[in-house]
Amino acid sequence: MKNLLLTTALLAATALPAVAQQYTPDPNATPGGMITITYKDDVATLDPAIGYDWQNWSMIKSLFDGLMDYVPGTTELRPGLAESYEISEDGTVFTFTLRDGVTFHNGREMTAEDVKYSLDRVTTPETQSPGAGFFASIAGFDAISSGEADTLSGVEVVDPRTIKISLSRPDATFLHVMALNFASIVPQEAVAEHGTDFGKHPVGTGAFKLDEWTIGQRLVFAKNEDYWRDGVPYLDGLTFEVGQEPIVALLRLQQGEVDVPGDGIPPAKFQEVMGDPAQAERVVEGGQLHTGYITLNVGIEPLDKLPVREAINMAINKERITQIINGRAVPATQPLPPTMPGYTEGFEGFAFDIEGAKAKLAEAGLEEGFSTELYVMNTDPNPRIAQAIQQDLKAIGVDVEIRSLAQANVIEAGGAGEAPMIWSGGMAWIADFPDPSNFYGPILGCAGAGEGGWNWSKFCDESIDAMATAADSMTDPSAPERLEMWSDTYMKVMEQAPWVPVFNEQRYTMKSERMGGDDALYVDPVSIPVNYDYVYVTE
Amino acid sequence: MAGYLFRRLVQSALILLGVSFITFVLLYVLPADPVRQIAGRSATAQTVENIRQQLGLDQPMLVQYWRYLTGLVQGDMGRSYLQKTEVSTLIAARLPASLLLMAGGIACELLIGLTLGVVAAVFRGRPLDQGLMVVSFVAVSAPQFVVGLLLLYVFAVQLGWFPIGGYGTAAHLVLPAVTLGIMGSGWYSRMMRSSMVEVLRQDYIRTARAKGLTRARILIRHALPNAILPIIAMIGIDIGIFMGGIVVVESVFGWPGIGQLAWQAIQRVDIPVIMGVTMVSAAAIVLGNLLADLITPLIDPRIKLR
Repeated sequence: MKNLLLTTALLAATALPAVAQQYTPDPNATPGGMITITYKDDVATLDPAIGYDWQNWSMIKSLFDGLMDYVPGTTELRPGLAESYEISEDGTVFTFTLRDGVTFHNGREMTAEDVKYSLDRVTTPETQSPGAGFFASIAGFDAISSGEADTLSGVEVVDPRTIKISLSRPDATFLHVMALNFASIVPQEAVAEHGTDFGKHPVGTGAFKLDEWTIGQRLVFAKNEDYWRDGVPYLDGLTFEVGQEPIVALLRLQQGEVDVPGDGIPPAKFQEVMGDPAQAERVVEGGQLHTGYITLNVGIEPLDKLPVREAINMAINKERITQIINGRAVPATQPLPPTMPGYTEGFEGFAFDIEGAKAKLAEAGLEEGFSTELYVMNTDPNPRIAQAIQQDLKAIGVDVEIRSLAQANVIEAGGAGEAPMIWSGGMAWIADFPDPSNFYGPILGCAGAGEGGWNWSKFCDESIDAMATAADSMTDPSAPERLEMWSDTYMKVMEQAPWVPVFNEQRYTMKSERMGGDDALYVDPVSIPVNYDYVYVTE
Repeated sequence: MAGYLFRRLVQSALILLGVSFITFVLLYVLPADPVRQIAGRSATAQTVENIRQQLGLDQPMLVQYWRYLTGLVQGDMGRSYLQKTEVSTLIAARLPASLLLMAGGIACELLIGLTLGVVAAVFRGRPLDQGLMVVSFVAVSAPQFVVGLLLLYVFAVQLGWFPIGGYGTAAHLVLPAVTLGIMGSGWYSRMMRSSMVEVLRQDYIRTARAKGLTRARILIRHALPNAILPIIAMIGIDIGIFMGGIVVVESVFGWPGIGQLAWQAIQRVDIPVIMGVTMVSAAAIVLGNLLADLITPLIDPRIKLR
């Protein structure tokens, strides 16, 4: 077994044709039919360089493609618009060979020039892409983001079907980055035609194309008959109705008017739905790459003392908190969720132990307890969770004042480092891509600890940062050695206890009776919330 | 009259100027950074700075306000930070739906409120009157979110008479308009009742009765037109009240109006959209009040505009 692993690792380091490209579509799938999906919030944009919301993430995945992609329903990489790729021995040069005969929705063939244009576009400051930072390892990124250059020097068109991307440092996550929505390939002429309104007139290579968009009401996607993947999509089209309260969407689902309520089952209705066998059987449960946590600001007294942070970790009754959200989560022991590669199996974390917590406080010289503040987003169930945390900490003599604010205000207080404690609910980390590094840099690493960063603990340990950098300097993202390094990194983090990892939320999607396709497609870890390209209807 | 109108228009413009300034200042001092919302959680400090400069958010507040104001008077409401679309386009796409809902709501509140008010006045002091006044009290106090969901559940889900939320046909309008109208109908029934009771005590009603006219004829031809006058002026003020109500009702029924737009913009600190919706709503309220004041002398010659 060891030998086998070694050979795979070696292979990966030199030149590899893509792994995991075999996906057997459902043999029972029948083409045809339209489905209706609802969302509460309007779709802000379908520009892949801009869109970063719950509702537009998987819509964009269906309209556009990147060089890389994932096997449906899994976190396994497979090639997308690239047919194959090669990685140089030192892991800094990626050469992608593009598929032949892929056309955009406007009929023009996609070439390597489009890839270069798309990467320049997403990284140039004028685009204001929230994803620009993901491309920081490409050579020339600093020059383009500071405005000194208008093109990425590291991206080179070799010939119309070959593109060579040079990195300024090895980056194990680079293939994942190339599978992000932000790395989608867009045609220059369509962007030029619509300018900043491209997000309302998207043109991509994806399985569906935008057919109709009535602002504030409805979006209709039609099947792309010329899609380059054979046999998919199955559906003739998708209708998204926006502005629908989740509770109304559920009522409409029960009446057969809606196929998938995109925002899931509303908390108030969860037990009723799960208690009714006819409805419960149409609920799909899956893990998601999510962790809900409490940040403990290491720059604010007395949370700067390790025993105090440990005491808080031991005082929180995680089981009880998961009950507040109807048990739709599993208690967490560490920053990574269990479905993430690199998760440390068997690690118990801090056990719930009030006496132990009191002893830790005494060790810090705080037998009498202390007062502090907990920031929380003001939408249900977060204030209720904050109250549970407040009660738990009261039991060890810590008085917590709850500051319940709008999301933007909590983020601001967190970024500024003013908040002693923050419950992450409603703003919690859901991975951008299924790689352990994604839970570190911005939220636990030194890079995010500065003014305005998302590392709300303001935790910065240079030696742990060095371990993270070493792990990301390997070429194969799924090499066991690398995953082990990440596991060690998070264990080191837990020794410093800058967070209380509270729970990992499970995802529950409901679907109408006629919906077919593997359950995994409805809780796809990447095409969140549903992988529209592979689901079908049975009638 | 022309002088009065001119004065009122100048006043209205000053009010709108004040609203724009206060809203702008409030959004400016808000401890939430719109650039963070745009830049996302993985943004580098450089990206954040670039965006701040491009949007002009690095400028002093008064400079930013002046830019906004000069744009506004030329009809430019700016671009949404998050939707990257003209604010005027977003509002124009949604305003008709809100106006339709508002019209439906006003029709409902008048229909329900006036009818109940007249019935209560006719049966004043009797159990029916007392019962109706309790009902109107409940109507005024009932939260619209609950009323909306209740109506939706009973009449759309259980009975299937109306569609479950959405927009498009007259049938779609009924439940949201009734939800919006129920609260106002409580006020109107009480006002109508007292106004009607007042009129029914007048001498000319006694005269009409002495002439031997039927009760129905007295009510409809003689009492109602006089009792209804003071109430019509209220409709203008209602527009302002409804601007608040439609946020909730639009959200329950998935009605694509500006209330939904405002709610989403507030969540994400999309300042140009918040400003735009605020200005449009403020203009509607100012206009509604102006209309109410202009209508009053037309229906009651004793009132003169100066």
